[in-house]
Amino acid sequence: MPLADLANPHRFQKLARVLIPAFAVLAAILIAAGLVLGFRAPADYQQGEMVRVMYIHVPSAWLSLGAYTVMAIAALGTLVWRHPLADVAGKAAAQIGAAFCFLCLVTGSLWGRPTWGAYWDWDPRLTSVLVLFLLYLGVLALLRAIEDPNRAGRAAAILALVGFVNVPIVKFSVDWWASIHQQASVMRLDGPTIHSSMLTPLLISAAGFLALFLALHLAAMRNELLRRRVRTLRILAAVSAEGR
Amino acid sequence: MDLGQHAAFIIAAYAITLLVLVGLILWVLVDYRAQRRMLDELESHSPRRH
Amino acid sequence: MTATFLAVVARDLKLALRVGGGAGIGVIFFLAIVTIVPFAVGPDLPLLARIGAAVLWIGALLASLLGLDRIFAGDHEDGSLDLLLLAPAPLELIGVAKATAHWIATGLPLVIIAPLLGLMLGVDPKALMAVSLTLLVGTPAVTFLGLIAAALSVALPRGGLLSAVLILPLAIPLLIFGVAATNAVVAGEIPFGTPFRLLCAISLFFLVLGPAAAAAALRHVRE
Repeated sequence: MPLADLANPHRFQKLARVLIPAFAVLAAILIAAGLVLGFRAPADYQQGEMVRVMYIHVPSAWLSLGAYTVMAIAALGTLVWRHPLADVAGKAAAQIGAAFCFLCLVTGSLWGRPTWGAYWDWDPRLTSVLVLFLLYLGVLALLRAIEDPNRAGRAAAILALVGFVNVPIVKFSVDWWASIHQQASVMRLDGPTIHSSMLTPLLISAAGFLALFLALHLAAMRNELLRRRVRTLRILAAVSAEGR
Repeated sequence: MDLGQHAAFIIAAYAITLLVLVGLILWVLVDYRAQRRMLDELESHSPRRH
Repeated sequence: MTATFLAVVARDLKLALRVGGGAGIGVIFFLAIVTIVPFAVGPDLPLLARIGAAVLWIGALLASLLGLDRIFAGDHEDGSLDLLLLAPAPLELIGVAKATAHWIATGLPLVIIAPLLGLMLGVDPKALMAVSLTLLVGTPAVTFLGLIAAALSVALPRGGLLSAVLILPLAIPLLIFGVAATNAVVAGEIPFGTPFRLLCAISLFFLVLGPAAAAAALRHVRE
């Protein structure tokens, strides 16, 4: 099975060496294009220039949820299918996803201050994203607390799966409860409701962010594989030194 | 480019995004160099088995 | 003696920052407490702003209690405690060193993140500075108090919960004057200085009492 072939560290390294720069370049081009188009579009009739923050806030939000989903799938890979790269992918997704979730919260807060008058509100959408952030931090804390990478990976996988229930809650929170946050205007069954002059730059920017996430994710996985190899060699060296 | 009366917030949002993204990129690069260095050191010291 | 003090501080800090050491967990716990308060109280912004200082103080207090029992327990388990008892510096100074390291790793991050959490609770901006200041003065006292509980429960398996239960009543004066000082900035009926100076006095008292009692406890309990 091709996915299992990737488990071979050399194969993964070779693939990573090609994919990481490719995704990085793609990300740079797409994000630049998205932002240029985004700033060229006319200002929103309600929010004025503040809507420009959308081009970084919304992709960050989508990636926070996406990264958690990657982490959850990786968790299944660790616990159910026992794929050797699964927990490496999960750890990388947790680290990068947490950063994007933080960005989502901060850019959202900065957008909210002039628009709604407050940096923070305890409404369903904001609170559920904060809870998502706490879940990320919990997974990262658990990974740090256990020394053996395999045991840590399995423990974190269980935690990640348990927390996955929050992801649909975040997505649908603005629909289920009355919220100060804007209702869904892109991912709707009826299709997007925002004007194409803003939708197009948003989608391009989001694609760029996705490419950036993929580049960072693969790079983080590669680093983690190297780290584990270093650890193994160190243990072997210590053991053989004792044997002498 | 007139960013309107709330320009400071827009700039702050983009600035912090830049900071975090550059931070992530640097972290990934620096970690790679460090791990590669440690790995090369260890592999040069230990005699190759099988 | 200074060399021993600095050596113990450096060692404990390194251990805390390492894998499984527990530095940073306090901040996450603090964030979690602040997050669950609105779930319990309701997303009532004016109410949250009013109780904000109190929530921050309770959160910081509880987060400080995390890992207090580990101050001596780790050393007890691997035998380092016996070595520390034989060190050239008095046991009280060792206690001060360990408490200092623990506060830098656990308490100081709480003080730094408190204003951000206060912002989320809608606390008055004037009060944010006051909260940080009171926490800066109060959290070391909590840690040094914790030294006593840590020493008493050094060999007990359920040491962590016991430590928290022992410390909380003693920490009440810190809580009272810390919150009073912060609210004084907002309400303006009494000057900030009055409760703040009392807070400083109580803190200084605990900074001395903690290591002295902890050292006595270690000597007695271990025999």
